[in-house]
Amino acid sequence: MALLEVKDLQVRVDDREILHGLSLTVNKGEVHAIMGPNGSGKSTLSHVIAGKPGYEVTGGEILFNGEDLLEMSPDERSAKGVFLAFQYPVEIPGVATMTFLRTALNAQRKARGESEFSTPDFLKKVRAVAASLNIPQDMLRRGVNVGFSGGEKKRNEILQMALFEPSLCILDEMDSGLDIDALRIAADGVNALRSPDRAMVVITHYQRLLNYIVPDFVHVMSRGRVVKSGDKELALELEASGYTQFEDAA
Amino acid sequence: MAAVQETVDRVRRIDVDQYRYGFETVIESDKAPKGLSEDTVRFISAKKNEPAWMLEWRLEAYRRWLTMAEPKWARVNYPKIDYQDLYYYSAPKRKELASLDEVDPEILKTYEKLGIPLREVEILEGVVRKDGEGAPERRIAVDAVFDSVSVATTFQKELKQAGVIFMPISEAIREHPDLVKKYLGTVVPTSDNFFATLNSAVFSDGSFVYVPPGVRCPMELSTYFRINERNTGQFERTLIIADKGAYVSYLEGCTAPQRDENQLHAAVVELVTLDDAEIKYSTVQNWYPGNSEGKGGIYNFVTKRGDCRGNNSKISWTQVETGSAITWKYPSCILRGDNSRGEFYSIAISNGHQQVDSGTKMIHLGKNTTSRIISKGIAAGVSQNTYRGLVTAHRKATGARNFTACDSLLIGDKCGAHTVPYIEAKNSSALFEHEATTSKISEDVLFYCVQRGLSQEEAVGLVVNGFVKDVLQQLPMEFAVEAQKLISISLEGSVG
Amino acid sequence: MNLALAKTETGRALSDAFALARDRLPGAGSVADARQQAFEAYEGAGLPHRRIEDWKYTDLRVLMREVLPLAAAPDAAALTRAGAALKLHAIEGVRRLVLVDGVFAPKLSETANLEKGLGIRTLREVLQAGDAALQAQLFAPDSSNPLVALNSAMMTDGIVIDVADGAVLTQPLHIVHIASGAQSAAMFTRSLLNLGRAASATLVESYIAADGAKAYQAHDSLILSIGDNARLDQVRLIEDGREAFNISSSVVTLGAAAYLNTFAITSGSYVSRYQAVIAFAGEGSRVETNGVNLLNGRQHADSTLVLDHAVPNCTSREIFRSVVDDRGHSVFQGRIIVRPDAQKTDAKMMTRALLLSDEAEADNKPELEIFADDVTCGHGATTGALDESLLFYLRARGLSEKEAQALLIQAFVGEAIESIANDALREIVISAAERWLEARG
Repeated sequence: MALLEVKDLQVRVDDREILHGLSLTVNKGEVHAIMGPNGSGKSTLSHVIAGKPGYEVTGGEILFNGEDLLEMSPDERSAKGVFLAFQYPVEIPGVATMTFLRTALNAQRKARGESEFSTPDFLKKVRAVAASLNIPQDMLRRGVNVGFSGGEKKRNEILQMALFEPSLCILDEMDSGLDIDALRIAADGVNALRSPDRAMVVITHYQRLLNYIVPDFVHVMSRGRVVKSGDKELALELEASGYTQFEDAA
Repeated sequence: MAAVQETVDRVRRIDVDQYRYGFETVIESDKAPKGLSEDTVRFISAKKNEPAWMLEWRLEAYRRWLTMAEPKWARVNYPKIDYQDLYYYSAPKRKELASLDEVDPEILKTYEKLGIPLREVEILEGVVRKDGEGAPERRIAVDAVFDSVSVATTFQKELKQAGVIFMPISEAIREHPDLVKKYLGTVVPTSDNFFATLNSAVFSDGSFVYVPPGVRCPMELSTYFRINERNTGQFERTLIIADKGAYVSYLEGCTAPQRDENQLHAAVVELVTLDDAEIKYSTVQNWYPGNSEGKGGIYNFVTKRGDCRGNNSKISWTQVETGSAITWKYPSCILRGDNSRGEFYSIAISNGHQQVDSGTKMIHLGKNTTSRIISKGIAAGVSQNTYRGLVTAHRKATGARNFTACDSLLIGDKCGAHTVPYIEAKNSSALFEHEATTSKISEDVLFYCVQRGLSQEEAVGLVVNGFVKDVLQQLPMEFAVEAQKLISISLEGSVG
Repeated sequence: MNLALAKTETGRALSDAFALARDRLPGAGSVADARQQAFEAYEGAGLPHRRIEDWKYTDLRVLMREVLPLAAAPDAAALTRAGAALKLHAIEGVRRLVLVDGVFAPKLSETANLEKGLGIRTLREVLQAGDAALQAQLFAPDSSNPLVALNSAMMTDGIVIDVADGAVLTQPLHIVHIASGAQSAAMFTRSLLNLGRAASATLVESYIAADGAKAYQAHDSLILSIGDNARLDQVRLIEDGREAFNISSSVVTLGAAAYLNTFAITSGSYVSRYQAVIAFAGEGSRVETNGVNLLNGRQHADSTLVLDHAVPNCTSREIFRSVVDDRGHSVFQGRIIVRPDAQKTDAKMMTRALLLSDEAEADNKPELEIFADDVTCGHGATTGALDESLLFYLRARGLSEKEAQALLIQAFVGEAIESIANDALREIVISAAERWLEARG
């Protein structure tokens, strides 16, 4: 059974159809890249998979391990193993990162019927992961993402990914706002999490990111559909010739 | 400290008696008998050849007014007004002019002396002026109100071509009774408040503007008001309607000659925007503020309100208030149509013994309505300057948004600056942000400027102009220049 | 509209009640005269209504309608019920001073083994003892506020605390107001704390009710006099029964170089009004006055705070947060007054409201009244709902809607609670906020 199966998905926002019948199958262990020009519906896809309010699914379905994902609330999806690394992680003043991490981790574990982490175990785990991502301790004491640089915010997303151990990671424009060094650190963090039990969907506008996170499959989106799929060579082809060739195909 | 002290002293010494616009025009006028009664109301109505319905409307307001009490909640103090000791109608004797040549030369001279409207005088004389390289030719149609009666109206022809009606409201009552009946008193009802009700009973004249659907008014419309006659209450009534998709920018500016007696002014301005329409209303108010002992000066009790009746409509108020002994004025927006927008930009300067209580009301009724309030108060001398504002979102006003910033600047330690905001949210999707600050001119900034070669006065001028910049930018270009001058004059002795 | 008639009828009923209660009110001679004057001041005004600017958002003629008769002194059963309620709200490590139905309850209180420099008496004792200076201080609050006047007229008991110059109390004092719940009645209390020069104390006040309490009214007032170089840390917890009315006033004066950190949390009562006037009488002092309203159901809570900067070089900070659910109505009126000579005043006020339901209402009126130029004053106010993008982020990380809301609400009120300087007091307030969140479910 596929891990994620998106079938003929149609989505509207404010009476405007954004996705016009999109299909995508992702199996465990695979890394898929979704590329496309601005406005092609890439972020919409990631938001609908995670269950962000404001999108109306008018047709098609999304199955996750065979279960109907669209029937689940965002937190149920999270507990099932769906993780969205946000393009723009929000700032939550007044909520310390440490508190947030523990609350979220234990909420997910509880929903899965697992025991909650004890405080020392939790701390040990967070510190280990934080160290591997070069995240200083004082960042964990501050409010979630408050006053973080672009790179720090993205590292915080990857920290959560490592901590929550999801089976599907969707990385939405992970490279936006990052310089080359920050990008390399973030990509290393992601690569360390690649595993046969976990799939990743990397959404990006630029081929650059795919030099660091090398995909197994590349899909090109245009005007709300996947218009071409291939292997990593497709990304290089795009880099050379641009998206215009697909505009009419859509 | 020394530098600032000097400024403070100079402000204190300001001889407000030197009021620049304090001269008097000698022309004959036609007065109603002193005092207020049903007869006064009938006299005014008869003078204006009004239809019976208008007289009834006035009388109803008058009877209502008799049952009302003067409001007391504003932070202003003034001696009790004897409403029987005032004249309620005064008009220059020669009226009904056929052409501009017949305008009393005294009146034209008055405009000339004011400095500000010279350009308008040129326009009145048919001089078309170009503003430098490629600057668009700016034209302004003036409906001049001298005391209470409009004496000259220009550009009628071109406006007529566009279908825009711009005339004294007294004429509109006769010529466009259906439009007047449909809209008059629908934004500010005759029973609204003591001063508005008084105005409804005895209003003398004012402007009427109707912009038909889809029309962008081809020029900015402007009225200069002057209060001239001794002991004459001035009760303008203005009604502006922008029909669907229409746009108009209206400029109101005023100066008044020096007087010993206090003069009462109670104007009413009503604005209506239908779907997709926009009205921009700008005021520069510089009436006589009283002398350095606080004697004389205009009492300015104004009711200004706009009704964004249609969806996607917009009303924007901009005011520069520097004159009057007492200012009681809250240009407001009723945001009734969905997605409608209200704006209030204000500079209120008080010096000498002036008392200002001014602000706005943004009443959010429709869905996704937005409003913005930027208020800058500057208090000097022994004046009191209060911002009073209401922002309210009703239950059904989902998605209402407001941003308010009101800042006060104090010059000298004998004046007061006050902020009284009312922020009322009755639904959870309303998002309101309000911020206010009060401070004096930073000595560090002054020192920095002086060290770089500016005089003390230039430095203060720089700071004050920086302080009000956000609002000045909202004014039409010519007005902005005048306003900047006016701000300097108002703080005379310390600035420019 | 029959306002005049309603006022007369209410007035007459109360006038009779005052006549009836008079014998039970402690103090004779000048005290009785002062009561009479205060009562006349109240009668002249009657219950405040929305046309009085200060009461614009809290119309007691509509919300409260009448002042209930004076509560009877608690009997043994009432004291037992109060004792049970007290156990549920016990705070560790404090010196408890308990008023049941407006009367001091010695058996529930701890008055033995006082720390050096600490003096405790009851209001009843003081009013009967004839200490002219103390009585003058007790009647000093301004009778132009009708409910302060009513409280002056009717005050039955309270705690009068004296902390000697230089005394640094280590144990917090806890004044507990308990409604035993048997009667639908009004209690009138007034307490006084005189904090000597360079003295320091910690004060907790709570308002609670025994199980199943009826619609009682708690009318309380507190006079605080903080000496030069003295320090007071104070929290107030309004956790009255859900049908109760709580009208409390604080009148505070600070000497020179004094410090006050005060916090009020209102999560209980049906209608509450907390009005505080904090006046600076000496230079170089600092006040931090903060608070939280946590409301749901049809609760109405009004916090009206006046900071009166009458002298130069003082600093004040106000942080206020309202969280309003269901059909709750939160009112914050904050006024900063800077009088003509109060140069170098630094005063800031920030109020924020969070509306959790479409029928909730929050009204904010943050006022500045400034007569001196060399000042830094400002205020800010915001109103809004929980940020949808934050909620989604938290839910995408596995938190349920309620959990996500709770976390964001905690963060929202946390900004105000953080300002409590005393660790123990902060913990007390955090527990009170958590109780509200838990009850919300």
